[in-house]
Amino acid sequence: MTTTDIPRPADVDSGRRVSKKRSRKTATGGLRQAVSATTLLWLMACLYGFPVLWFVLSSLKPASDLFSYPLTLVPHNPTLSGFRAAWDSANFSQYFINTALVCVITTILTVGVSCCTGYALAKYDNRWLKAFFLCILATTMLPGEVMLAPEFLVVRNLGLYNSFAGIILPAVLTATGCFMFRQFFLTVPDELVEAARIDGARELSIFLRIMVPLSRPIMLTLAILSFQWRWNDYIWPLLMLNDPNKFTVQIGIQSIVGAQNINWSVLLGASVISMIPLIAIFLVFQRYVMSADINAGLKD
Amino acid sequence: MTKRASDVSTSPPRRRSKYTLAPLVLIAANVVLFSLFFVWPAVIGLIYSFTNYTGVGVFQWVGLDNYHNLFGDSTFYDALTRTLLYTVLFVPLNFLVSLLAANLVVNKHAKGGSVARVLFFIPWLLSPIVVGVLWRWMFGENFGLVNYIIEKFGGDAVPWQSNADLSLLVVVMAAAWAWTGFTMLLFIAAIKNVPTSYYEAASLDGAGPWRQFISITLPSIAPTSFIVILLNTINSMKEYPVFVALNNGGPGTSNNLLVQYIYETGFKRGQIGYASAASFVLMLILMAVAVVQLMVNRRVENR
Repeated sequence: MTTTDIPRPADVDSGRRVSKKRSRKTATGGLRQAVSATTLLWLMACLYGFPVLWFVLSSLKPASDLFSYPLTLVPHNPTLSGFRAAWDSANFSQYFINTALVCVITTILTVGVSCCTGYALAKYDNRWLKAFFLCILATTMLPGEVMLAPEFLVVRNLGLYNSFAGIILPAVLTATGCFMFRQFFLTVPDELVEAARIDGARELSIFLRIMVPLSRPIMLTLAILSFQWRWNDYIWPLLMLNDPNKFTVQIGIQSIVGAQNINWSVLLGASVISMIPLIAIFLVFQRYVMSADINAGLKD
Repeated sequence: MTKRASDVSTSPPRRRSKYTLAPLVLIAANVVLFSLFFVWPAVIGLIYSFTNYTGVGVFQWVGLDNYHNLFGDSTFYDALTRTLLYTVLFVPLNFLVSLLAANLVVNKHAKGGSVARVLFFIPWLLSPIVVGVLWRWMFGENFGLVNYIIEKFGGDAVPWQSNADLSLLVVVMAAAWAWTGFTMLLFIAAIKNVPTSYYEAASLDGAGPWRQFISITLPSIAPTSFIVILLNTINSMKEYPVFVALNNGGPGTSNNLLVQYIYETGFKRGQIGYASAASFVLMLILMAVAVVQLMVNRRVENR
């Protein structure tokens, strides 16, 4: 992060080797570059931000104003009625609670299990551990969508159909999570482990009392990622859940879209409500996501 | 990912292998999950792809019939070609806009990069379903903002939903928009790892920004580019939720992609065996993509 913005080579060096005329040219070139780069950056950023802005502002319009021409960016009489209608309609509040529950439990399990596995892969040296590492790698090659039907049958055979456990358990093993922890624990000096062993600490208590607290930043990063994956998951909960009382938010939104006549006011309200938790978490913990060493496997 | 220094420094003959119980306890949960939700489905999926299993009751071994039928099934072909077309459009578009975004964000001349980066990233947080709804709202034929603006400037309303190619294009744009933030992060990390001295030397030699980008940045980030292309190809081959929410694979069934095809045959029509065969075709394509990319990557790195 720091290396890129230390000296400005164009300004500092240009005078050294080239003629004065040339250096003035680079200086104005620098200004022109600054203006054009900033303009382009912000043009693009507006292009990216605008759809969300338009969407959120539209959700604040009363249902009667949604389609009234001419379209206006800022709602004339902003109202929360769309949100209220969405929240009350078709059990949406229930969906919201269900999703939150599933996300929190899955995230806790994912972080815990990935932390254990990542530590074992980084700090122990057994042949079968290497083999298991390859197995985890294999899971990134075969996305869940490819095994929809057989995975559904397995979960059904385990008696988990139409239960939250059926959504939670298959999602706990994530290659990305194991990689992240493995990479982190590789950077922790082995001397720390050795010293604790000499002091007579047992293996698991070294892990629990020294390593787990050390890995807190990684835990937070993975927790945010995991929460996002599960919150946004659609196809697996759709297959797994039969009982409308157990539906998740994404299924709820999709069922509004799939209706004969789309109730846009409710749909916009529901969609915006569903965005809030993730955006809030992201804005609070932004630096953990932005600096995350997310590199391989990635989306689970 | 490269090995860290601390990893290499501990390589002298290890005495650690005497620990068996502790690592076994630590990985136990994941071993169980891996066997239950990866090995078992993969094995029975392969077996079912040779049967006419419907999800209940008994089934018969039908050999390669499912695979044979798939290649005579025009619906499957349409889904497959549509998926490939989607991939061919989405991957380069996402690559280009993400690379542009990453370059602008790290550009030392551009002001406000850190705020812009958050703006680029927010679409990635939205669920594919919400992304679909959002673009459906923007590109509605009779009510959407885009057609409103086009008509305002004297154009004719564009049939974004009822023309199959245009509706695929809208999904491509929506997905590229949604994925930019993530791909951009990968590019930013790669660009920041390029030594600044390269650029200093180049600018002393009078190379302009474009020249520096082509001759320094692009070759330096080649490994990341390969990862990006690989990930994006795999992700777009299995895209489904954005389509469902944006136009439900429509108009009609013209934009039903592979995963939707698998879902419909397997779960709506109860042809689990047939759907499993389609899944394995998808898997083979994904593996072929991965192998080709790994090979190309290795050749580039060895050069």
